[in-house]
Amino acid sequence: MNKVLMQGNNVIAEAAIRAGCRFYAGYPITPQNELCEYMAEHIRKVEGGVFIQSESEIAAINMVAGASAAGVRAMTSSSSPGISLKQEGISSMAACELPGVIVNIMRGGPGLGNIRPSQGDYFQATRGGGHGDYRVIVLAPATCQELADLTMDAFDLADNYRTPAMILADGMMGQMMEPVVFKEPKRRQYPERYMLKGAGEGKSRFIKGLILDQSDMEEHNWKLDRKYQVIMKNETRFEVYRAEDAELMIVAYGTAARIAKGAVKRLGDSNLKVGLFRPITLWPYPSSELREFSRKIKNFIVFEMSTGQMLEDVRLALQGFADIDFYGRPGGVVPTPAELANVIIHRYKKSSKKKELC
Amino acid sequence: MKKVFGRPHSLKTSVFHYCPGCGHSIAHRITCEVIDELNIRGITIGVPPAGCAVLAYFYFDVDMIEAPHGRGPAMATGIKRVLPDRVVFSYQGDGDLTAIGIAESFHAANRGENITVIFINNAVYGMTGGQLAPTTMLGQKTTTSPLGRNASLDGYPVKLSELLVPLPGTTYIERCAVNSPANILKAKKAIKKAFQCQMEGNGFSLVEILSPCPTNWKMSAVDSCKWIDEVMTKVFPLGVIKDTPAAGKKTGKTEKEENAG
Amino acid sequence: MLVKTIFAGFGGQGVLMMGFSLSHCAMSEGYEVTFLPAYGAEMRGGTANCTVAIGDEEIASPISSEPNYIVVMNTPSLYSFQNKVVSGGVLFINSSIIKSEPRRKDISFYKIPSSEIAEQIGNSRASNTVMMGAFIQKTGIVSPEAYLKSLESVMGSKKKNVMDINRKAFASGYEYMSRLL
Ligand code: SF4
Repeated sequence: MNKVLMQGNNVIAEAAIRAGCRFYAGYPITPQNELCEYMAEHIRKVEGGVFIQSESEIAAINMVAGASAAGVRAMTSSSSPGISLKQEGISSMAACELPGVIVNIMRGGPGLGNIRPSQGDYFQATRGGGHGDYRVIVLAPATCQELADLTMDAFDLADNYRTPAMILADGMMGQMMEPVVFKEPKRRQYPERYMLKGAGEGKSRFIKGLILDQSDMEEHNWKLDRKYQVIMKNETRFEVYRAEDAELMIVAYGTAARIAKGAVKRLGDSNLKVGLFRPITLWPYPSSELREFSRKIKNFIVFEMSTGQMLEDVRLALQGFADIDFYGRPGGVVPTPAELANVIIHRYKKSSKKKELC
Repeated sequence: MKKVFGRPHSLKTSVFHYCPGCGHSIAHRITCEVIDELNIRGITIGVPPAGCAVLAYFYFDVDMIEAPHGRGPAMATGIKRVLPDRVVFSYQGDGDLTAIGIAESFHAANRGENITVIFINNAVYGMTGGQLAPTTMLGQKTTTSPLGRNASLDGYPVKLSELLVPLPGTTYIERCAVNSPANILKAKKAIKKAFQCQMEGNGFSLVEILSPCPTNWKMSAVDSCKWIDEVMTKVFPLGVIKDTPAAGKKTGKTEKEENAG
Repeated sequence: MLVKTIFAGFGGQGVLMMGFSLSHCAMSEGYEVTFLPAYGAEMRGGTANCTVAIGDEEIASPISSEPNYIVVMNTPSLYSFQNKVVSGGVLFINSSIIKSEPRRKDISFYKIPSSEIAEQIGNSRASNTVMMGAFIQKTGIVSPEAYLKSLESVMGSKKKNVMDINRKAFASGYEYMSRLL
């Protein structure tokens, strides 16, 4: 077992190469540049590895689409504004059922925003992001080890379901270093029949997203939807922490979940019973798993580094079975665990007072 | 009896949906003839555009993947880099190539991507109903230049082929037309040369084809052919624009080998 | 155990190297660790800082609410960070550059003239390693031997004499701190 201390952005790149990614195209944008730079240095060292610094984010995602169609594992990465530019290509890959991995190292927004860590792209990531009726598998790692593991898994998921998958992290995760052990990647299982390599002696094929006939288009939409239903059934992931006797539960993902865990730990010695629910897949969202907890726990606090986006999924999941409070720090602000702990104490007291009144 | 003329093998039997007198059908056909002559049907991958030729895969009997509007050269880059021994071409219109996709075109050319672009220039946006394109003639009436293209408001016709000449990555660029039998033969020769150029690893090649769009020009097919000669070629002169195969020559090394020096 | 430390100073003082080498060493010693550098615009302004969290268990938050230790290499860092350190925590001050003292009374602080010491041993750039000597002497998070081993491996291919200077620098800082205590 070989432990290495590596920066998050580099971890993603290394994990991708180990997972068999042989094509990377990207465009510089802070705070994910190290990923692009790592790829430039390392992917060309492996047989068949291709690196292109593209002229734009749009070009990058379309190159990835082309490489994916040609039969290799392909990836691009960017940060928030760049991910907006990629949406055209992501939508088109979803339509054409092309696998591929997109990494979003989120920064403050909207607009150019800033380069600080943020979670403002949750809606964009989990609702498809571009135009049309589709979804993207969204994985939200919270540690460098998960950056490695989930990057590898993202390639498998993308292949299995022939759909784009996204790693959604933020500037802090991209810059942070933690010890990482790279697991042995699974062997790629992607049938040749989906690859476009020239017709040879056989029938020619085409890959397209334009379906002019509305009933054919409808059928294509339902076909995609059936696939999404399977993903929703089989691929949700989450972590719970100190949930056994919790009376209040924090719901947070990614960096926010790390801070929340710190806060929950701080409160460990107090008599407050606080747990943490951390979705690892943001789409599909672990809704029923979260709802299970509302049988016993009646107070939830959603904590995000945004003004409240995942909050909507928590509301949808809990369906009114519990009270939901929200605490957010948007704009690139990263609160400390102590700050969050204070918020929790305050709300905890409020909710127990409410209980007494009832 | 010896057969002297027939449908190219790499052209499917489906009936073209293009308007009568449209240049696309001819451009498709001669491209397929070239594919047959070079015997590369099995190793060719085409990238059709958004626009009237979006359904090109109904006609070309080669592997194809549709690109979003303007992104053909990026898509073709991705394919060619992964499969360097295939013949990869992108087929694009003037709006696709010189407006929304100019960055992708320019940079694929500048990287010397070893691909071929077939560039259909008909001076309008065809499929969307004849709007002003970057290649629209000065004074030409379109649905978005109802009084005629006015240089001070709409800018000048873009001569993309000429713009790509100074880039060392480009090796073969020719402008042709499909408005007369002689021009069609020349266009076919140019496409063949461009494909050969790619097969020899010479880098980026592009064949611009002035192509009639009688529907949006609001002319008869015959008048459209004349208009190409009388108006279009004055701004877009026909002929070889660049032919320097050595400049962008690929080493044939993989990226791994290149990387190792 | 869970110890959080912030290293702060000018860009170019090797502040990130201090945090990185400590993190590397903690990892090698089997601890859980996170290394969080401040990045982006604040780097351009010429200041740098990083947070290192070291613990026996999984590190919950890489962000520190109240670090146990803060090492400041320049005056602005003293002002920015002195209020963050936990009550009872320790501040390490590069007194060659920082002339003022922290105002807080509930923490202890040590003044180490690390730049001067580094100059004396012949390389002013080793000031960060001098400080690490003092830091490890006081905190004992890792052993001096283990730290030097990690430092050598993170400095990688750099010339041998660079490592020799750093060894000397580390030893001087370590010694200085022993005498202070
Ligand atoms: S609109 Fe013009 S370009 Fe399109 S098919 Fe008709 S003639 Fe051809």
